[in-house]
Amino acid sequence: MINKLWFYMIVASIIYGIFFGDAKLLTEGILEASKNTVELSIQFIGVWALWLGLMEIIKESKLIDKIARLLYPLLKLLFPEIPKGDNAFGAIALNLSANILGLGNAATPFGLQAMNEMQKLNNDKEVAMDSMCMFLVINTSSVQLIPITVIAIRSSLGSNNPTSTVLVTLIATSISTLVGVTSSIVLKKRNRIKGSVK
Amino acid sequence: MMDYISSLMIPLMILLILLYGKFKRINMYEAFAKGAKNSLSIVQSVFPHLITMLIAIGLFRSSGLLDFIIEGLSPILKFVHFPKEVFPLAIMRPISGSGSMAILTDILINNHPDSFIGKMASTMMGSTETTFYVLALYFGSVGIKKYRYAVKSALLADLSGIIASIVLCYIVF
Repeated sequence: MINKLWFYMIVASIIYGIFFGDAKLLTEGILEASKNTVELSIQFIGVWALWLGLMEIIKESKLIDKIARLLYPLLKLLFPEIPKGDNAFGAIALNLSANILGLGNAATPFGLQAMNEMQKLNNDKEVAMDSMCMFLVINTSSVQLIPITVIAIRSSLGSNNPTSTVLVTLIATSISTLVGVTSSIVLKKRNRIKGSVK
Repeated sequence: MMDYISSLMIPLMILLILLYGKFKRINMYEAFAKGAKNSLSIVQSVFPHLITMLIAIGLFRSSGLLDFIIEGLSPILKFVHFPKEVFPLAIMRPISGSGSMAILTDILINNHPDSFIGKMASTMMGSTETTFYVLALYFGSVGIKKYRYAVKSALLADLSGIIASIVLCYIVF
């Protein structure tokens, strides 16, 4: 499905751009994106190294187990597929905690680790597990308590009350997460695959 | 004040994590290095997916197709009281994080951050995350090709977040 989406997005853009747009801008768009990806990746290497390093300390000091145990009642409900005590819970817990605290750049490497751990439990390595779907839907609906980046942009652009939108944002994002979780549960029932967990 | 607290977060977290590690008597230097070593390989596994998405999105924007779609839909938007200025953000938000940042900045420059539109845009920005990018990245990094209902659910979540932002802003502001 992403294959089709990607294909159509590019083809439509190029065709539209050739006939109605500026071919020069079109080409620049491609090259800019390629260049930006490298710059982004380099930043990622550094920032993620920090968080992965901290994560290792959290793992070895067993702090991760404490955090996982704290969130376990909730996680068990959201991810019934994952057996108790699995490493995946720790990584998921860290990712969700990082997201809630607004540490987006920490959440990503933790999230990728969580996917890795879940993949270990996956029967069919090319098909998404229910837990993965749930996890990603929670992530993409955003569980951030305080939208730090938005506040920063508002204040830098001259807002007299940068945090005025925080409460409304919180409600909106809670709604989006609720809808996401609910629809995942409903769609899961309609989209059963036999024995997805090893 | 909020700014200061959030700046404190990262150093504080590092401090707490290290203190806990000391308390548990582990070799933190080694552990940190061991964990940090993984970042290169993780970025390596993520890079191909990043570039495919970013090129597609870059083309989408630079071709003018995005603007065209927005213009085309503006009559419908007026009808449902969906402010036209915020629409590019609504479309872009699930597609690209940096793109939506750019659009948000643009909106806040042209409409003061404390204006109705400014507040709505800010709310919308924080109500949901970058769907396609996250899905492609996370699934791609472990080799998953069939996403099943993840896309539908995620888009539903995004849609509800966007609608909620609009409605709430009309109510509150």
